[in-house]
Amino acid sequence: MKPETIERLRSLLAPARVLTSKEDLIPYGFDGTAVLQQLPACVVFPVDTQEVSAVVELANADDVPIVTRGSGTGLSGGSVPISDCIVLCLLRMNRILEVDTDNLTLLAETGTITKSIEDGALAEGLFYPPDPSSLKVSTIGGNVANNSGGLRGLKYGVTRDYVMGMEVVLPDGEIAWLGNKCVKDVAGYSLKDLFVGSEGTLGIITKVLLKLVPLPPARRTLLATYSTLEAGAETVSSIIAEKIIPCTLEFLDQTTLRCVEEFAKIGLPTEATSLLLMETDGHSAVVAEEAAKMEAIARRHGAIEVRVARDGLEAAELATARRSAFSALARVRPTTILEDVTVPRSRLAEMVRFVEDAAARHKVKVANFGHMGDGNLHPTFLTNEKDPEEMHRVELAMDEIFDFTIELGGTITGEHGVGLAKKKHLPAQFRDASYPLLKRIKGALDPKNLFNPGKIFDLQAASVSNEQLQNDA
Amino acid sequence: MNNCKTMPEAKRLETLDYSILQQCMHCGMCLPTCPTYDETGLERNSPRGRISLMRAIADGQLELTPAFGEEMYYCLGCLACTTACPAGVDYADLFENARADIEDAQILDTKERRFWRWLAVKTIFMRPRLLRAIGRVMWLYQSSGLQALLRRIGAFRLLPRNLRELEPMAPRIQRSFSDGLIAREEVPAEPPRFRVGMLTGCVQDLAFSDVNRDTVDVLLANGCSVVTPRCQACCGSLHGHNGETALAEELARRAIDQFDLDEVDAIISNAGGCGSHLKHYGRLLKNDPDYAAKAAIWDSKLKDIHEWLDEIGLAPPPALPEPMTVTYHDSCHLCHGQGVSRQPRDLLKAVPNLTLKPLAESSWCCGSAGVYNITQPEQAGKLQKRKVANILQTAAPNVATANPGCHLQLQTGLRIEGSDTIVHHPVSILARAYRNR
Ligand SMILES: Cc1cc2nc3c(=O)[nH]c(=O)nc-3n(C[C@H](O)[C@H](O)[C@H](O)COP(=O)(O)OP(=O)(O)OC[C@H]3O[C@@H](n4cnc5c(N)ncnc54)[C@H](O)[C@@H]3O)c2cc1C
Ligand code: SF4
Ligand code: SF4
Repeated sequence: MKPETIERLRSLLAPARVLTSKEDLIPYGFDGTAVLQQLPACVVFPVDTQEVSAVVELANADDVPIVTRGSGTGLSGGSVPISDCIVLCLLRMNRILEVDTDNLTLLAETGTITKSIEDGALAEGLFYPPDPSSLKVSTIGGNVANNSGGLRGLKYGVTRDYVMGMEVVLPDGEIAWLGNKCVKDVAGYSLKDLFVGSEGTLGIITKVLLKLVPLPPARRTLLATYSTLEAGAETVSSIIAEKIIPCTLEFLDQTTLRCVEEFAKIGLPTEATSLLLMETDGHSAVVAEEAAKMEAIARRHGAIEVRVARDGLEAAELATARRSAFSALARVRPTTILEDVTVPRSRLAEMVRFVEDAAARHKVKVANFGHMGDGNLHPTFLTNEKDPEEMHRVELAMDEIFDFTIELGGTITGEHGVGLAKKKHLPAQFRDASYPLLKRIKGALDPKNLFNPGKIFDLQAASVSNEQLQNDA
Repeated sequence: MNNCKTMPEAKRLETLDYSILQQCMHCGMCLPTCPTYDETGLERNSPRGRISLMRAIADGQLELTPAFGEEMYYCLGCLACTTACPAGVDYADLFENARADIEDAQILDTKERRFWRWLAVKTIFMRPRLLRAIGRVMWLYQSSGLQALLRRIGAFRLLPRNLRELEPMAPRIQRSFSDGLIAREEVPAEPPRFRVGMLTGCVQDLAFSDVNRDTVDVLLANGCSVVTPRCQACCGSLHGHNGETALAEELARRAIDQFDLDEVDAIISNAGGCGSHLKHYGRLLKNDPDYAAKAAIWDSKLKDIHEWLDEIGLAPPPALPEPMTVTYHDSCHLCHGQGVSRQPRDLLKAVPNLTLKPLAESSWCCGSAGVYNITQPEQAGKLQKRKVANILQTAAPNVATANPGCHLQLQTGLRIEGSDTIVHHPVSILARAYRNR
């Protein structure tokens, strides 16, 4: 990057909000994804939309790519820098601007931490349901840009279902407002929906208007353990077939639950082969009835034990333990590579079995957990990036899992996004005119390919630097 | 990296078992618990960022630079990140190795820094008799009225700013040290159930020898006979946390030599900061053929007082002379370093007429952090203010905490706010209850 560009960034923002030293940049060279790593040219911290827009204009004039970043907890390499780029970090834009209790909406800057959004709603007796396991760390902007899910997806849906509007800075620096507080709105294309899940490739989302719902008055949490992997999956299918939609149906296999127990020490039964965490919420009579039904179904499918959380405290403890699953798995081997395949729920048991078989075939260690109620699994490879031969076998097993997922009518990523980590597999899923369509949309909005280039797919201009990146990693 | 020869070497980080660094999978789950990241919002001031810098050094992508050195001294070493980390990253190990590399390479070296480190780390805290002699002089100074006089005439304005701010922080030295208050061996009234060794600490001994006496009383009331070696030295935590590994090893050997390990069921520490270091002598001395085995036994017998009482089952304490309302502040190295946070609360709740009030952010560092309030007075001050505000919020007239550094930091902070909230060690409260039989 030209020194003048840095100088102009410094005069545009306060000098302290433009980082360039090696010690400052190294910690921004990665996100939550294994293996990927690249230093940016600088990291900047705008404090309002005008500053974001000014930085974008400058970058556009100097042809410098921008990688937008929230908290860097992404799991597909979305906020991993590309070489010689500006990392634009939104963490200084972290205010909740309005909670509208008449229209049940919340307006916030996108650097706000997800947990603060949840708390901000709670303070008014309202509820913001999407709760990615990273909610204490991730930003709402990252959630919107990745269309993140969470433990409550089954009943409440994902981030997209709560986005009513947003302010976005476009690649030329123009500012646009998309959406509004209306429950219904069919004026023009649903542009806000284009930006949900766009992974920082189309625009920088600076504010977001979120839908809130009334806080459910009661909830009950249950924990069922099994001696086979399939029994848990079958319980999930039966619950849904009996027309119960609980808010949470989470699954952990034995490796995962042992790691979680080692960290959380809350007395999970480590001898069980699989574990199901279930939660129902709503009116207390309904909650009681659904909880009883779910318990009966779990027992019918051979649960060794069904435990009902004593109170809110124990329920929260169980949810927190579940949220640590991915990180806790890092206890086993040096490198933890997590996948995010999702299949129609009726095919879950097959998918679970296939993952086991693929791992055995290639002699790699895999743990499995996930949002079973959503058909969303996180097969996690426990390996060592310093062992190329083992990494190769991991790659082979992963490829097979992706192919089988697509065969079942599933998707290669349910909630983490494509980023860098999964872009190789995207064409297999987008086999018709849909793949070029992605690129046409990108080309129309960002003709210079400056916003997060090389993420999701490669366009000509950025492909070099990204192959470079993958080789470096 | 052409002119490698002139580059300071990061021997420990470069030869450290790489899997300890790799253990961090950069998920960021530790970020919201880190007080320095909370302050600046910059990744380099976070656990994840600091580990990435250490890894860059181990990988040869970054040299040992002064900026890295400063970063590792901006870190409080509070280990909140360790509690938060689901992946089980051993941050304490990484942190101590990083600081040791920084000291070996002398990248932060200045004349002034060298003098203070020589005086404190290498001299005073290596020599228990010298330390106590200084303590004696300080006691004379404080109780003769000289301190009050100098304060009145404003003599401290002549001192450099960071020393001036520290002067009111200086601990109030006790009239008698532990050796004067505790016999070499004390036995309970009934036949003893256990035999334990007692560590009196160094700062604890000068400033809180009464807490040591209280600890022995509580142990006696719980059927333990207590052996207390004379004129004990510093446990070496100061040295270990400040990159003086060789001196830390030397002090660990001396501490072990004080006891016949077969003769005691447990060795008791009542200071959170010391305990978390004392429990890792095994790691420190693993390459010493004469001590490695002994150190491992030592580690298995080393117990924090609250942990020990909880383990053996606390003898139900009688009521205090008058009802008491207390809140509890977790010393970082007790709760994050040793995982002991339920036990002190349970012990306090066992006192019949004691009300325990929950403290918001109870496990957030108070800024004492060893010598942090000397090396980083500004950040330490901010944390102290935040802690005191939370304590005042509870409206409890008493706060309990189990580490001398925290004790002093809370005491000064409360005084600055004009509060007369009293700071206690939990064991002192228990001892008062037992004495009220
Ligand atoms: C332990 C752990 C648990 C997780 N659990 C879940 C889970 O349960 N469900 C789930 O869905 N995900 C989960 N994730 C993944 C991750 O937390 C989410 O993708 C989250 O939304 C990322 O937020 P962030 O602020 O860290 O974004 P970043 O990682 O910084 O960025 C993510 C992507 O969004 C883009 N971006 C960020 N902010 C903006 C913005 N304002 N405008 C435009 N683009 C932007 C970035 O360029 C990047 O492509 C988990 C991650 C971890 C480490
Ligand atoms: S230290 Fe632990 S919690 Fe923090 S980023 Fe590393 S693995 Fe995650
Ligand atoms: S020890 Fe404390 S200050 Fe240092 S990185 Fe960990 S949490 Fe942050």
